[in-house]
Amino acid sequence: MDHAATPRYYVPDSSIWPLIGSAGLFVLVLGAALWLNQIAGGQIVTVIGAGIVAAMMWGWFGTVIGESMQGRYSDQVDLSFRWSMAWFIFSEVMFFAGFFGALFYARNYSVPWLGGMGDKGLAHELLWPSFVATWPLLQAPDPARYAAIREAMGAFGLPAINTLILLSSGATVTWAHWALKADKQRQLVIGLASTVALGLLFVCLQAYEYWHAYTAMNLKLSSGIYGATFFMLTGFHGLHVSIGAIMLAVITLRAARGHFTPDRHFAFEAAAWYWHFVDVVWLALFLFVYVL
Amino acid sequence: MTDIALDHHHAAPSGLQRWLFSTNHKDIGTLYLCFSALMFLTGGSFAMVIRAELFQPGLQVVEPMTFNQMTTMHALVMIFGAVMPAFVGLANWMIPMMIGAPDMALPRLNNWSFWILPFAFAMLLATWFMPGGPPSGGWTMYPPLVLQTGMAFPFLIFAIHLMGISSVMGAINVITTVFNMRAPGMTFFKLPMFVWTWIITAFLLIAAMPVLAGVVTMLLTDKYFGTSFFDAAGGGDPVMFQHVFWFFGHPEVYIMILPAFGIVSHIVPAFARKPLFGYRSMVYAVGAIAALSFIVWAHHMFTVGMPLAGELFFMYSTILIAVPTGVKVFNWVATMWRGSLTFETPMLWALSFIVLFTIGGFSGLMLGLAPVDFQYQDTYFVVAHFHYVLVTGAVFAIIAGVYFWLPKWTGVMYDERLGKLHFWLSAISVNMLFFPQHFLGLAGMPRRIPDYATQFTGWNMVSSVGGFVFGASQLIFLYIVLRAMSGKGQPASGQVWEGAEGLEWTLSSPPPHHSFSEPPKLH
Amino acid sequence: MSDTSLSFPLNLPRGVTSISRDAYDLHMIALWLCVAIGIIVFGAILWVVIYHRKSRGAVAASFHDHTPLEIAWTLVPFLILVALAFPATSALMRGADTSAADVTIRITGQQWRWRYDYVNEGFGFLSSLDAKSAEASRRDSGIDPHTVKNYLLEVDNPLVVPVGKKIRFLATASDVIHSWWIPDLGVKKDAIPGFINEMWARVDEPGTYRGQCTELCGVGHGFMPIVMVAMDEADYQKWVATKKTAQATAAASAGRTYTREEMMTQGKAVYERMCVACHQPGGEGIPNVFKPLKASPVANGPLAAHLDTVMNGKTGTAMQAFAGQLSDLEIAAVITYERNSWGNSAGDMVQSAQVKSARK
Ligand code: HEA
Ligand code: HEA
Ligand code: HEC
Ligand code: CUA
Ligand SMILES: [Cu+2]
Repeated sequence: MDHAATPRYYVPDSSIWPLIGSAGLFVLVLGAALWLNQIAGGQIVTVIGAGIVAAMMWGWFGTVIGESMQGRYSDQVDLSFRWSMAWFIFSEVMFFAGFFGALFYARNYSVPWLGGMGDKGLAHELLWPSFVATWPLLQAPDPARYAAIREAMGAFGLPAINTLILLSSGATVTWAHWALKADKQRQLVIGLASTVALGLLFVCLQAYEYWHAYTAMNLKLSSGIYGATFFMLTGFHGLHVSIGAIMLAVITLRAARGHFTPDRHFAFEAAAWYWHFVDVVWLALFLFVYVL
Repeated sequence: MTDIALDHHHAAPSGLQRWLFSTNHKDIGTLYLCFSALMFLTGGSFAMVIRAELFQPGLQVVEPMTFNQMTTMHALVMIFGAVMPAFVGLANWMIPMMIGAPDMALPRLNNWSFWILPFAFAMLLATWFMPGGPPSGGWTMYPPLVLQTGMAFPFLIFAIHLMGISSVMGAINVITTVFNMRAPGMTFFKLPMFVWTWIITAFLLIAAMPVLAGVVTMLLTDKYFGTSFFDAAGGGDPVMFQHVFWFFGHPEVYIMILPAFGIVSHIVPAFARKPLFGYRSMVYAVGAIAALSFIVWAHHMFTVGMPLAGELFFMYSTILIAVPTGVKVFNWVATMWRGSLTFETPMLWALSFIVLFTIGGFSGLMLGLAPVDFQYQDTYFVVAHFHYVLVTGAVFAIIAGVYFWLPKWTGVMYDERLGKLHFWLSAISVNMLFFPQHFLGLAGMPRRIPDYATQFTGWNMVSSVGGFVFGASQLIFLYIVLRAMSGKGQPASGQVWEGAEGLEWTLSSPPPHHSFSEPPKLH
Repeated sequence: MSDTSLSFPLNLPRGVTSISRDAYDLHMIALWLCVAIGIIVFGAILWVVIYHRKSRGAVAASFHDHTPLEIAWTLVPFLILVALAFPATSALMRGADTSAADVTIRITGQQWRWRYDYVNEGFGFLSSLDAKSAEASRRDSGIDPHTVKNYLLEVDNPLVVPVGKKIRFLATASDVIHSWWIPDLGVKKDAIPGFINEMWARVDEPGTYRGQCTELCGVGHGFMPIVMVAMDEADYQKWVATKKTAQATAAASAGRTYTREEMMTQGKAVYERMCVACHQPGGEGIPNVFKPLKASPVANGPLAAHLDTVMNGKTGTAMQAFAGQLSDLEIAAVITYERNSWGNSAGDMVQSAQVKSARK
């Protein structure tokens, strides 16, 4: 790496946004904590906190976009952004890994043990004699506390369609990237817009699936370990799809305003990486939560 | 384009703005270190209450509930509030200077990482003022017990989320800085050891902290949203929490020791006036420790009733860590071998680190042997082990680093006589404090109890007295540092220490606002 | 007979089972190994500190590598560890074999006492901290713990086992995780709600062996000792017989109607054994942690709600279901006691028949 020709590394002046961001996060979780404790006003505080965080993002990203447009970011700065986005995505992967770990443990250890298999199968004989281990687990060991699920979530209805949707959204975002590199503004915006649309469609279908699960299948967060792992994994994934879709929506607007050039468009790439990450997590989910 | 890029190098902001909105790695480093000191005092005060209650059998000072809260908060504050931020503070100060960079790669993110912390700890410490008080289920937060926490519960969980966000962003910044901001010619195998240990620590952070965030989120949903991750009645398992927690928790303990290894690897060569022995093997050893740290987690769980094959696997992998750690210890000794040693305060702390950390490592190895761990587990033997690696390990290294770099930061020498007094008082009292805890554990005293059987009285008295002396001697440290920070003392040269090597010593003391505005030339 | 002389115990007990001796031997091997390595490493450090100091005119050499040496100090510790792994592995495997047991005892940890069920004999009982220790351990009790025999290590009903027989323990818990440990047995296992852990011991010598709960389980964690009496087979059989008779008598008289006085005395006993840790001697509870029973709407309100709380607990709080832990009579007694103490004036009383019919 030879930086001889590049200008000095851009070190920004002091900034108000980080502090606002910290305060915003604080207010957000403070509100949530009050809410969970059923203390009046919790919801309002939560919303205020979310508002502050949103304002912070608006301001901070705005500053960054401004600086970027002024050409303050050298290649080296650009590379810093790339490294940090890559590692941020890795940290997200590890966040999901924790939940996948829980799923794996429940399926391979705790449920079989409670059903009388393996090293700790004694629990079945002495504590849960009427429990039958299956996966998906329709009836948890204690029916009084965790009501039975009517049927398990199948893989080849909506979830399969959703898989197709997410996969094609991965394709459209790549198509947009080609367009950007070839400097085809229209194709770029169309590609991005359709990615966002597919993402939103995915979220809507997912919401419908949840509604169906709750009303028709009696599959809930509180349906025992199957429901818990199902909703936590798909729920956090859905949250990430929503975040990714918002990121892409912003990128779409910026693309429409001509913010990107064929060789300088890190913001676009960051959102695209994130989108691919969300895609890959879904594939893992589809396989381990729905199919197997 | 070039002229715009240059025009931002104006004078440092001053006053409140300098600290609140800072984008300067040194100022942020200072903030981290001051915050850490504050938390050390806070967590230390909780420890003093613990030691006061344990001075003699019977309950004299606090109720059992409060005692458990003290233990829990002591550990959380010390780990997440004192030790980890101290290392991030040192990284902030030193890494850009060591690799010849103007600042951290992402200065604004850097500020954010810091400022989340005071809010997170405000949230955690505020639980003292809530009905029911702070969490009391131990820093390990095992369910179902932790689910009995009252109002404090979501505050605990969210505080941990905030700390996690802060650590992960700090780690991303370190990695990016080291990958991208090295001066031309600073190849990976020329990186100073502190920088090396910190990149590997940053990997550990990025891989481990999100897992902690995930697992405490499951606690939250188990308590409030009816999930059953940790409830057998729903098909879950309380032990599952322990697996996921320790998958984070064990790397976490190396997060708290690897940068310490880095610091010592700078101090020992400087005062032996001899290059670090086995630089490459040092790097590989740190890498090996980090890699192994992800496959040993269940050594904290030998008594939960794992299948035999699991116990064997975790026993073998655990004791294997002694090999790369041994390499480090031997290399330090070899660095000093036929050196020309002097014993200024930083060196005293570094030397005692090597000896006392090794003692902590030895007890770690003993704990790793599953069939005897059944006898040690959850006794004071474990408490002795981890305070040797954490207090005489991590904390001693931090103190050593502060003495070593304080003249560079402030431009004045600290008071050497007081520094030595601080050292000797601490080194003696800390052993009084923690060595007898080995005996207590072997004799059968469980940890996390507010009151104990009378045969444990003798050693507990010794330990408490040691604890009070150790705690009080930290006030000397506080005084020394504050004095230097206010600019009192002999002015220090840029080089500061005769035998110190590295880019940071080529800068003036204190260094300029932007460490290396022009990348330095390496030979 | 207050004994306030300080003692300074140093080492692990060797114990009275093969498992504890395995552990002890391994402990001593590991300890001496560490001491030996420590002497070498710390000796070397001492050497440089004395002989290679600048003030003695030492001039620094400049070497910074020595590959054979580095390989050696990687390999030698590795081989030492391999050697150490052999005794550790075999000890672990011996300890894991719970087959062919003579007596099976089920251990249930609960906040904050132990329940022991003799699976083959069909009886069981609770084992809680003895009253003297409990009293002395209260804050400002004014009692010097040194004057209490076996302070915090004594229970009301000890576990009794025969000497020389292989005993299999099945550990579980009813609320949070506890851990059952007797150092002299070398056995420690967590008691986990919803699961069963197995362990075993064969005690060689008659005697009384003491231990404690070793997993943080809440406020009473430091106050749930374990006491085990190992006796000859004949004595053990006699003990089993008396336990069985006592159980039968209790069952026989449980159905009869009790007077208020009888109920109050029994209820007080149950209360002090089971409830006092949380709800406190005066029924005042601990503010914001454990609800008071004094002037409580439940203890002064309709009986059905009171029965329900005590029998089924309150999910999500520390108040556990006592239906499975107390007999009909005990529940009736403790409820009667709560409704008529500390100024509570429900005035009514409960008979075990009512509890029986409240059981689903
Ligand atoms: C900085 C923190 C730190 C560090 C570095 C370590 C290092 C080690 N720890 Fe420790 N540990 C903790 C912090 C740390 N630990 C904490 C906080 C807990 C308790 C958590 C809780 O429950 O609250 C704990 C608990 C703990 C347990 C669980 C005990 C129990 O609860 O039953 C075990 C068991 O295996 C263990 C093992 C080890 C080992 C094998 C090492 C090894 O890395 C040590 C290696 C070092 C050496 C061995 C010395 C130097 C080597 C030589 C000189 C070479 C030659 C030596 C030989 C061949 C022997 N630790
Ligand atoms: C980095 C981490 C760290 C550090 C630095 C320390 C530092 C200390 N710890 Fe720590 N400790 C833990 C991490 C740490 N500990 C953990 C993880 C646990 C397990 C918790 C659990 O079970 O969940 C634990 C548990 C623990 C216990 C066991 C409690 C129990 O099981 O119930 C004890 C008991 O002695 C103890 C004591 C001390 C003491 C005396 C210090 C001293 O070194 C502190 C010295 C510092 C000061 C005292 C502050 C400075 C001085 C002042 C504020 C001035 C005032 C001083 C006086 C009035 C004398 N600690
Ligand atoms: C581990 C602690 C603990 C123990 C032991 C315990 N309780 Fe409780 N108890 C609680 C808690 C906590 C509550 C409050 C539950 C709630 O929030 O509704 C409670 C509530 C009650 C109430 C209802 C009070 C009210 O006003 O709502 C009654 C009655 C009661 N307990 C009786 C008993 C009896 C009888 C025993 C012993 C056989 C007992 N408790 C043992 C913790 C305990
Ligand atoms: Cu039961 Cu600790
Ligand atoms: Cu560990």
